[in-house]
Amino acid sequence: MNGFAGFALRRVIGAVITLLAISVIVYVVFYVTPGNVAQITCGPRCSPEQVHQVTQQLRLDDPLYVRYWHFLEGIVAGQDYSTGTSVAHCAAPCLGLSYQSDQQVTQIILTKLPVSLSLVLGAMVLWLLLGVGTGILSVWRRGRFTERALTGLTLAGISTPVFVIGLVLMIVVCGQLELLPFPEYVPFADDPEQWAWNLLLPWLTLAVAEAAYFARLTRASMLETLAEDHIRTFRAYGVGERAVVGRHALRGALAPIIALNANDVGSAVGGAVLIETLFGLPGIGQELVHAVTVVDLPVVVGMVLVIGFFVVLANAVADVLYALADRRVVLT
Amino acid sequence: MTEALVSPQAPEAPASGASGARQFWRRLRAQRAALVAAVIVALLVLIALAAPLLTALEGQDPTTYHPSLVDSARGGVPIGSLGGISADHWLGVEPQTGRDLFARLVYGARVSLGVALAATTVQVVLGVVVGVTAGLGNRWVDQLLSRITDIIVAMPLIIMALALLAVVPSSFPRPVLVSLIIGFVAWGTIGKIARAATLSLKNLDYVAAARLSGWSTWRIARRELLPGLAAPVITYAALMVPANISIEASLSFLGVGVKPPTPSWGQMLTSANVWYQAAPQYLLLPAGALFVTVLALTVLGDGVRTALDPRSASRLRVGTGRGRETTAAVAAAAHAAAPVPAANPASGTDPVLATDPVSGTDPASAKEARS
Repeated sequence: MNGFAGFALRRVIGAVITLLAISVIVYVVFYVTPGNVAQITCGPRCSPEQVHQVTQQLRLDDPLYVRYWHFLEGIVAGQDYSTGTSVAHCAAPCLGLSYQSDQQVTQIILTKLPVSLSLVLGAMVLWLLLGVGTGILSVWRRGRFTERALTGLTLAGISTPVFVIGLVLMIVVCGQLELLPFPEYVPFADDPEQWAWNLLLPWLTLAVAEAAYFARLTRASMLETLAEDHIRTFRAYGVGERAVVGRHALRGALAPIIALNANDVGSAVGGAVLIETLFGLPGIGQELVHAVTVVDLPVVVGMVLVIGFFVVLANAVADVLYALADRRVVLT
Repeated sequence: MTEALVSPQAPEAPASGASGARQFWRRLRAQRAALVAAVIVALLVLIALAAPLLTALEGQDPTTYHPSLVDSARGGVPIGSLGGISADHWLGVEPQTGRDLFARLVYGARVSLGVALAATTVQVVLGVVVGVTAGLGNRWVDQLLSRITDIIVAMPLIIMALALLAVVPSSFPRPVLVSLIIGFVAWGTIGKIARAATLSLKNLDYVAAARLSGWSTWRIARRELLPGLAAPVITYAALMVPANISIEASLSFLGVGVKPPTPSWGQMLTSANVWYQAAPQYLLLPAGALFVTVLALTVLGDGVRTALDPRSASRLRVGTGRGRETTAAVAAAAHAAAPVPAANPASGTDPVLATDPVSGTDPASAKEARS
């Protein structure tokens, strides 16, 4: 197991380096902006004195590396901020203050995170069930009409941008058929039933978009496994088709599914941004779009980093799980 | 071109290049779905190119407001049945502004296809330059460039694109900006593919022979490696085009991509849900256009892959998750690295790679891909 522990450790170190690199890139790109941050923050009608004051307050005069170091310090140790009259403390994972609302970015993210996590995790359960189920079914019924129909559906799912799926579902399900309410976020703690009921459509939207890839992958991996020698041996021993497909072929597809699932978190987060905006769910994605439109750089930087953290984490978990699920992988 | 794939030993003779291209067309034509998709794509390109002609034929343009055609008392609903369809406005007018929908739709095709092609070009150029340099460079160059590529792949695409769009002043021409940003954020996978292919090609005899005859690295890269890279890179690039269309539409839908008055399908859908009852075509037309375009390009991309790598079809891998670039985010990069081993006889026999859809997502498995 030593080899495995070493592999996992190297993976974690790699993830940390990736995150640091993302933070540098994001920080440098965003703060070496062609536009004047102080002017944008202050508004178009600000006098030069006011702009100067904002520059001082936001420490925009400091060299970039000083500000970046300050930013990293804030994440590790917290930071004290002068808000003009008083001094506010921003506790340990401090990502700075919003230019617009003077709120702490960490706080903003913490209030938005449950919505986004509810959306992505709930949808994940659905897309795994839908996707893997469709894949198994199309292998089980291979060569028949069902397979062709499912393959066509999958292709359609892959070809439709997630916000179009959501738009159409919302209009049909909520508008025309009135089966579900127009989604409105209800915290889980307040009312679990309403929470799930309101999130059902966003979940479905994200799940349909993602499930298509899982269906493709499951089908392809299972077909590939079915062509292998050991399956022929099982068949020769008289193992039934149901067991061959349901147990042995599925096992072959397991590792790729795990890997794709963790890697999918990145694309799911992108999809979540669109879904939150479309359905008006107050999550990280919606806040990010808002921050982008008003050029609230600390919020943008903080959110990109937090999202990057989850994606990098998911990738690292994927590699470890993948290595565990498929012993043919050589650990390096 | 594809000759290099079938037998990497014969890249140079111009005759073989021509027959390779002919073989490619033959294999592409043999697939009925891909053929239909190719015709649809050709039509769409034609519509995009002929947009000014088509709108002149209709006698409209995409940016003129027609306040008299919308009912301001009812919030700007188009006057007349079916969203204001008339002899003057073939597909009706946009709610609130009264801009001609047909004109906006065909000009939207220009934006969609133009941005997607430009972004794909940026991705291919960046990816190939970085990948080939990493593959041919010494250990340090390779390490550095591979790490950078890993980081690019790890970035959530939509998020990064969103964030980058925030910081560039709005005076910068928007479609160009969107193309550049998509290109610069999502070249990582092509970089990985180019590097892996370079590594497997550079040890082949004909490249060694070129090196022994004293060719410069640049000349080797250009004359000996690029033809061999064509197949895997084109395979992936063909699937990047529909992915980029989706990304552009998504960004414009969020209101940060292509901005009015320039029409874009994604942007048209931003407020479509408000108007679907009064003017259903305002929703259905751009949504349908997006769907058909992405579908046709995806099917064509699959066809290109099959034509370049017949093995992928014979092994029933046409539908592998590898092609999942459509919503394209980080995950897209993941298995996309897989066409490398599959498209490459030199490494395709490796049992790990053959079953590994994520090779190359991370430093650890990227190392496997190298071997």
